[in-house]
Amino acid sequence: MLIKMWLNGKAVRAHIKSDTLLLDFVREQGCKSVKYGCDTANCGLCTVMLEGEPVLSCSTLAARVEGKHVVTLEGLQDEAREFGEFLADQGADQCGYCNPGFIMNILAMMKELDDPTDDEIKEYLAGNLCRCSGFVGQMRSIRNYIKSKKEGRHAAEESA
Amino acid sequence: MQQKNQHDYSVVNHSVRKKDAMALVTGQPVFMDDVVQNHCLTVKLLHSPHAHARIRSIDTSRALQVAGIECVLTYKDVPQKRFTLAGQTYPEPSPYDRLILDKELRFVGDVVAIVAGETKKAVDQAMKRIKVDYEILDPVLDFRTAKDNPVIVHPEENWISLCPVGADNKRNLCASGMEAEGDVDSILDSCDYVVERTYHTKACQQAMMETFRTYTKLDPYGRLIVTSSTQIPFHVRRILANALDIKKSRIRVCKPRIGGGFGAKQTAVSEIYPAIVTMKTGKAAKIIFSRYESQIASSPRHEMEVKVKIGADRTGIIQAIDVYSLSNTGAFGEHGPTTVGLSGHKSIPLYGKAKAFRFAYDVVYTNQMSAGAYRGYGATQGFFAVESAVNELADNMHMDPFVLRRINMVQEGQIMPAYYGEKNTSCALDRCLDRVKEMIGWDEKYPSKDMGNGKVRGVGLAIAMQGSGISNVDVGSATVKLNDDGFYTLSIGASDMGTGCDTILSQIAAEELGCSLDDVTVFGVDTDASPYDSGSYASSTTYITGQAVVKACRELKKRIAEYSKKYPGLSLKEIGNQSMAGNDISLEVTSMHTSPVSPPPFMAGAAEVEVDKETGQVELIDYAAVVDCGTTVNPNLARVQVEGGLVQGIGMALYENIQYTDKGKLRNNSFMQYKIPTRQDIGDIHVEFESSYENSGPYGAKSIGEIVINTPGPAIADAVYHATGLRFRELPITPEMIAMGLDEEE
Repeated sequence: MLIKMWLNGKAVRAHIKSDTLLLDFVREQGCKSVKYGCDTANCGLCTVMLEGEPVLSCSTLAARVEGKHVVTLEGLQDEAREFGEFLADQGADQCGYCNPGFIMNILAMMKELDDPTDDEIKEYLAGNLCRCSGFVGQMRSIRNYIKSKKEGRHAAEESA
Repeated sequence: MQQKNQHDYSVVNHSVRKKDAMALVTGQPVFMDDVVQNHCLTVKLLHSPHAHARIRSIDTSRALQVAGIECVLTYKDVPQKRFTLAGQTYPEPSPYDRLILDKELRFVGDVVAIVAGETKKAVDQAMKRIKVDYEILDPVLDFRTAKDNPVIVHPEENWISLCPVGADNKRNLCASGMEAEGDVDSILDSCDYVVERTYHTKACQQAMMETFRTYTKLDPYGRLIVTSSTQIPFHVRRILANALDIKKSRIRVCKPRIGGGFGAKQTAVSEIYPAIVTMKTGKAAKIIFSRYESQIASSPRHEMEVKVKIGADRTGIIQAIDVYSLSNTGAFGEHGPTTVGLSGHKSIPLYGKAKAFRFAYDVVYTNQMSAGAYRGYGATQGFFAVESAVNELADNMHMDPFVLRRINMVQEGQIMPAYYGEKNTSCALDRCLDRVKEMIGWDEKYPSKDMGNGKVRGVGLAIAMQGSGISNVDVGSATVKLNDDGFYTLSIGASDMGTGCDTILSQIAAEELGCSLDDVTVFGVDTDASPYDSGSYASSTTYITGQAVVKACRELKKRIAEYSKKYPGLSLKEIGNQSMAGNDISLEVTSMHTSPVSPPPFMAGAAEVEVDKETGQVELIDYAAVVDCGTTVNPNLARVQVEGGLVQGIGMALYENIQYTDKGKLRNNSFMQYKIPTRQDIGDIHVEFESSYENSGPYGAKSIGEIVINTPGPAIADAVYHATGLRFRELPITPEMIAMGLDEEE
């Protein structure tokens, strides 16, 4: 079947099978940041934005994105770098395989939650597994990132 | 004793970012499935549904009729020489007990056929069309009954054990042995307090986020180029040569970025399958294990039952330790003979005042998935047993387990008879234990506190050690090159699997060369281009390869000095540029390193848990850990090693269950059924370092990668005991076990 959609802001027309998964589709389109990790919607590695909402691309049929906007980390490079610096500064990037899906959900969380508590962060990101870091360094990096965002906002408000 | 921060390093002991960090956090295509060409054969495996069976007949004709199928391989298509998938130096202690495909199937998940085709869909369809007539055989599923069982897992005549490890395939023995010093029995008889208990740990999965995967193709010379997610590129070269029965010179192995290993990828789990497809068809091929396959047909921890008898005199001085480990290697012997050794060699030496020890073991074959290497490598199983026994001993004596450890633990300068007679050259275990006690608030919280709401909190302790590489075996190498404009290239054969060894080794090079980290570029690993390294395992990379880097840099500095003598007054940049013409002083050095000793890192860990007496739910409130890994080359990366290892240990202690059906089928075959901890499951984790200085290591460093998984099991079990009065000698400790245990008590 023919599908028309937007991938990272670019219009894409492609022939797909009716059972093609969004995960396989976006990887075929060159978005290799999207990773496969589990089969059972447990790990969060394959997270992409569908119309601005995080979804698991392993559990989404490509056919469902007809006419819609999908964004992967390839389309959020500045944002990824901004948060990624905090993650790298903790050494919590580690193997890096879970980083893209994890960062997608952090970006989604920042849009959804205003000044989240540690418990709220843990709950929001509970579906993002990581086997290297033990999550602790990830938490430090998120805290530092939120702090820096807040300080940036304060600074902007003060100068305004 | 040398104190930390004694040395004022400029690059080492600094928390710099990993060199690959920004590529990773922005999702660049750097992993195996990102870097290989898309158009290649997809390889999938047909797995045995039976724990033990023989193929009477296998009909692949209908599978071959599926459009796009390139080949379907069965046991008739593979070389008949046995080999091992274990990533170990030659001669491997692991027996040669495998074929790529065998007529006899030894576990649910064993590979029956290899299917390769143009698309996943075609391959899936073809797999369904393979017709196999199985002769179902009796399996041996309980490892306690495996030794001398009438069912023999490896009856074949061409089974070989290359090393004297006490193996006997006719008895289902992959290894067996005994070592002792002093008269254990009579000393234990004379002890005032003796604890004798048996502990059981299961075949936990490493569960790295990137599953096993390999890509193979032929190059213009007809050589097999292997791009694989592996910790052991050089061993993979040998393993594939053995498996395919071709010359090693025909194989080249490259490692891209690796999505985690933890020992899983110290076994060549996936490489042989696309390799034989490429050799048969001449075409590029790739296999990506599904998570299901990574759970059922891989290389998890060895299940062990460890019996400990430990005795102390009236004052609490531990007099003797007797350990017997029964290890389940499953259907194949990968890492079987070696993992079991660590269950005694690492745990017994912690108690330095014992006058005698005995350590005996059997490693048995069963019809379950083959075990392999997993962080801790047998030590973890041994520590759960010995540390739990020490906790039970303390309890019997009505002595604080902190005090019992404080008066017994090994000290710097002591000889450790159960640790190959090595001297304990660097040890801050006393400081680690004292600090962890403060961090957890032991004096206020030990042993437990009723919260008054149906919940009870308890605390528990454990200490541990590991090694730093395998003494006289592990080899690390480094090539350091001065280039034009004065930048350096560091080539290594050690595999960075996310731990950051590319960066850590570059830090060591930069420190030694007196340059900035940015002036060192790093390259690894390609077996054609990289200097030989036995691989990233056994906590060896920082300690062994790190010292090779030091050696290479020192020699290169001498060469640069020689050049400067010949052409005085040049800057490094000028030397780099000028040496590119009319020069016969090689400004490129390769050095190799091995170590006659394996200095242990040490640590102490303490857990505080809260148990709901109604439901049995355990919440980990707090985990404190203090580690002595010598100098931390990169404190951030060392800290994350500790945190990550602790959480894996917490998973093993509380969540990660391995359950087989009575037919030998693994129930926990996905992340639905095999629950690794999420960020909501781990409580607060606090990590600190108390560093000793190891003279034989680079800048005083020892190892960190493995030791960190060893304390949560025994510490959490003792915390649960203090909270509930229930002693658990098997992991994981689940809410059901606690609730039912409390129910029985009432």
